[in-house]
Amino acid sequence: MNTHIVSAFDEELAELRKLIAQMGGLAEDQFGKSIEALSRSDRELAERVIAADDKIDRLEKDLEKRAIKLIAKRQPMAADLRAIIVAIRISSDLERIGDLAKNIAKRTLAVDEPLPRSVNAGMNRMAELALEQLSDVLDAYARLDVDKAQDVWVKDSRIDALYNSVFRELLTYMMEDARTIGMCTHLLFGAKNIERIGDHTTNIAENIHYLITGGAPKGERPKEDATSVTPVQPLAK
Amino acid sequence: MDAAVAEKPARFETVMTPAEPAIMKERKPKIVTEGVTVHYGDKQAIYPLDIKIPDRAVSAFIGPSGCGKSTFLRCINRMNDTIPTARVGGRITIDGEDIYDPALDVVQLRARVGMVFQKPNPFPKSIFDNIAYGPRIHGFARNRTDLEEIVVNSLKRAGLFEEVKDRLESPGTGLSGGQQQRLCIARAIAVNPDVILMDEPCSALDPIATARIEELIDELRENYCIVIVTHSMQQAARVSQLTAFFHLGTLVEVGDTEAMFTNPQERRTQDYIMGRFG
Repeated sequence: MNTHIVSAFDEELAELRKLIAQMGGLAEDQFGKSIEALSRSDRELAERVIAADDKIDRLEKDLEKRAIKLIAKRQPMAADLRAIIVAIRISSDLERIGDLAKNIAKRTLAVDEPLPRSVNAGMNRMAELALEQLSDVLDAYARLDVDKAQDVWVKDSRIDALYNSVFRELLTYMMEDARTIGMCTHLLFGAKNIERIGDHTTNIAENIHYLITGGAPKGERPKEDATSVTPVQPLAK
Repeated sequence: MDAAVAEKPARFETVMTPAEPAIMKERKPKIVTEGVTVHYGDKQAIYPLDIKIPDRAVSAFIGPSGCGKSTFLRCINRMNDTIPTARVGGRITIDGEDIYDPALDVVQLRARVGMVFQKPNPFPKSIFDNIAYGPRIHGFARNRTDLEEIVVNSLKRAGLFEEVKDRLESPGTGLSGGQQQRLCIARAIAVNPDVILMDEPCSALDPIATARIEELIDELRENYCIVIVTHSMQQAARVSQLTAFFHLGTLVEVGDTEAMFTNPQERRTQDYIMGRFG
């Protein structure tokens, strides 16, 4: 795309992109560490994750301030307008991802026994997928790659499917042994947080699509999360 | 799990801008042009141009200086007839009637197609006479009462009446710039036009006077076909429903205003409205 007649406008837009890249890097880092902390019951790491969330929040505020100033000052049109609106939206998704990572870290502090092995493995696998998705979507944003964004958008259903199985497994633990309810509830929320991070990632993918094409994706995203309609029944003994 | 993904080949399908502007489905076309060209002597100012302009809506012509938008606007009420070297080709119809038909009365045409210019140009007469002039020469008023009614109604529709009702006999040139422009709009609507052409009507006005004119344009579109040439992209975005982008004498792109300013299809339109080097 051609450069602006007013070159400062280009610099201001580049600044927004840089802030998104920074926020994205931090969100990835925070999310990865929060899972590591939960999986290894590492309280010290969890504390660090909780303390570091503030950084993402401040970047989001900074981006928002710059974006508002840009709109007021430059009265952007077409692709420029989309770039600014999309930067605001993506930054808010990244900020939420930061919050969810922080919440996972907090649950580490609440769970004081080792996680059941298969649950741990399931959640790790979920997190791995979600991290990969997040990293891919940030890459798609940096390179304006609509195909890659599309890939992320479609692949979210894998996380949903894993969340289903972790959810069912935690239910059986709780039904078998009521003493695990406390821990399992925290883990359930933890798994839900990972699933939500996946959803924010697909939001970002949709925004990249809008940024590049100017249109909204048509149709429904494939969804596999059936937990909200799964009945909880006592085990037949 | 992967099989489930493969079963649903959900692609991002983009909902793109339709080829025909949505506004044309809601309004009947008022002005239709086919292959319109304009030459000034040897120089071609407009290359064959086809456009449909909707009734009861505001259409904005945008484009860099010298792109032909004003030249084209002037074809619609045959203002180019007054320039000896200008030649207009092709066909322009209003309500299906060819306005370049030799049998057509140009004076009648200009009553049907009113024009408002960049700089307010009231006659050096009283406010009342500025507006009464047209109805008088066209014989629209049978008596003084009729004439007064036309003047008052036109001033009211132009949103100027309250400000000038106590000084209708004072000169129109004594009004502020924004008031003078609204006086010119009142003068244009006094002769009951169908179409109002506006050539950068706010470029000589301050932001408050501009806002008043824009508000007025928005009210007038219920009853008129309005075409506005403007250099302000924001103004085009605010007041119009259809936007046409001109460049180097050609119509590059025409579409619903909303689509034109959020997602124009043509590269040249994008560059122009975003203020990028073309």
